[in-house]
Amino acid sequence: MILFLRFTLLCVLLIGAVPAAMAQDRSALLPDIPAATGEPHAEGNEYWRRNHMDLMRHDRDLTMREGNRKIDASLKGCFDCHAAKDGEGTIVTYQSEQHFCRACHDYVAVKVDCFMCHRSTPDGVDEGAPHAALVPQIPLKETDIQSVVAYLQQGASKTAEAKQ
Amino acid sequence: MNIPRAKGAELSRRDFLRSGAAVATTTLAPGVTLIAFGGSAAEAGTDAGKRWGLLIDANKCDADCSACVTACSDENGWKGTGNPETDAQWIRKVTLKNTTTGRETSLPVMCQHCEEPPCVDVCPTGASFKREDGIVLVDKHTCIGCRYCMMACPFKARSFVHEPTTNQKSHAPRGQGTVESCTLCVHRVDQGGTPACVEACAATGHGAIIFGNLKDPDSDISKQLAGYSSTALRPDLDLNPGVRYTNL
Ligand code: HEC
Ligand code: HEC
Ligand code: HEC
Repeated sequence: MILFLRFTLLCVLLIGAVPAAMAQDRSALLPDIPAATGEPHAEGNEYWRRNHMDLMRHDRDLTMREGNRKIDASLKGCFDCHAAKDGEGTIVTYQSEQHFCRACHDYVAVKVDCFMCHRSTPDGVDEGAPHAALVPQIPLKETDIQSVVAYLQQGASKTAEAKQ
Repeated sequence: MNIPRAKGAELSRRDFLRSGAAVATTTLAPGVTLIAFGGSAAEAGTDAGKRWGLLIDANKCDADCSACVTACSDENGWKGTGNPETDAQWIRKVTLKNTTTGRETSLPVMCQHCEEPPCVDVCPTGASFKREDGIVLVDKHTCIGCRYCMMACPFKARSFVHEPTTNQKSHAPRGQGTVESCTLCVHRVDQGGTPACVEACAATGHGAIIFGNLKDPDSDISKQLAGYSSTALRPDLDLNPGVRYTNL
């Protein structure tokens, strides 16, 4: 429900703010969507904002199941035009808040797992280990590992006893 | 937002026609159709009139060569993580020994792309599926990582991804918690190409693997199959694999 309200708010803001933004500076309340290169979408930004998830879900089945590789909503294709860069001009991965797919998602509290498998950058860009930004990076401490080992060994000695 | 969630297997005709893949079919004469796919026929993707297969000549396969395995790993971005027991392996070199005669044969084994795939039978979500052109795949979007398919496969052809992945290839997404196997390089085949292993084997000069359409009697692979004796691995299981071997 909250998600829905936030989404509605986002839409209202995004749509309503267009004329307003022309008069004044973009409201600081809106997410900053990284600029794209290439041809804009024929269906318009508004349509893509609302429907990109369904377009991609539909088209991924065309590729997976029917071998059609000329799809409109290709996830790897997005980064031909939507490869967001950081202040230094380096292309960012999904780990970065500046990534195209996080610009709005962070704002509306949506989390996608696509980048567990898919690249979040064009081919050739080096993606670090936490690029998929799925799990918080909690470093395992030496003591944690020791306690796991101790637990496992305890189990092993029990089975050994049982066998005797 | 209330969006109807269409499942892969249930792509409706309307969805299909609405998509960019709209197909114009013209009937020229009874039984003769002209299919226009917006581009060349090579972009048509799956086609029930085709069945992709491999023919592997064990005599030509060099025991010391693993060019096919390396090529597959480079093409699809799977690699060892230092845990050989659980690391993904889409294709492996296997050595068979006849204990009576002592003859040793070396051959690559990968997903056999069965016509009756046991991995598809056991999959609880429909993620494991066979395309119309005979390629057996995992739709990782619906794979829950239960690994039933790995147990059902008599060829040990599937792997489970245990570790998080980085720097995947854009044409071969792969991630922790899902099952994967040889895709017969669908991303190449769909565009009229041949699998990476076949190319690499030819490049070494061994030419032990032939790729082609088993349903086309004029294809190289069909002619070879018609002319020489060949066998499937585990023929007793009646799975009719798309991968065939000669000189085993
Ligand atoms: C050929 C280049 C190209 C490709 C490929 C492409 N886009 Fe875009 N996209 C654009 C352009 C240009 C814009 C307009 C940006 C603007 O108005 O500032 C845009 C706008 C958008 C917007 C609206 C952004 C806003 O400012 O509200 C969304 C959402 C979007 N694209 C999603 C996607 C997704 C998802 C994919 C991949 C399936 C994709 N795009 C692929 C070029 C592309
Ligand atoms: C212009 C803003 C915007 C951009 C840019 C954007 N999204 Fe979204 N996306 C949204 C909003 C808003 C939602 C939530 C819609 C809802 O809850 O109904 C969403 C939802 C999704 C969902 C569905 C999530 C779920 O749990 O149902 C997917 C998948 C998705 N986006 C993928 C992407 C990908 C991949 C990209 C980058 C290529 C991207 N989006 C870029 C605004 C955006
Ligand atoms: C568990 C791994 C995995 C996850 C998670 C995943 N995908 Fe995929 N995806 C794949 C594989 C494998 C393919 C097949 C690639 C091919 O054959 O080229 C694919 C193909 C696609 C394609 C068609 C190929 C392309 O990029 O043009 C789209 C679109 C797609 N996925 C969208 C998504 C979206 C959106 C998400 C997140 C909501 C997602 N995927 C999450 C594994 C995954």
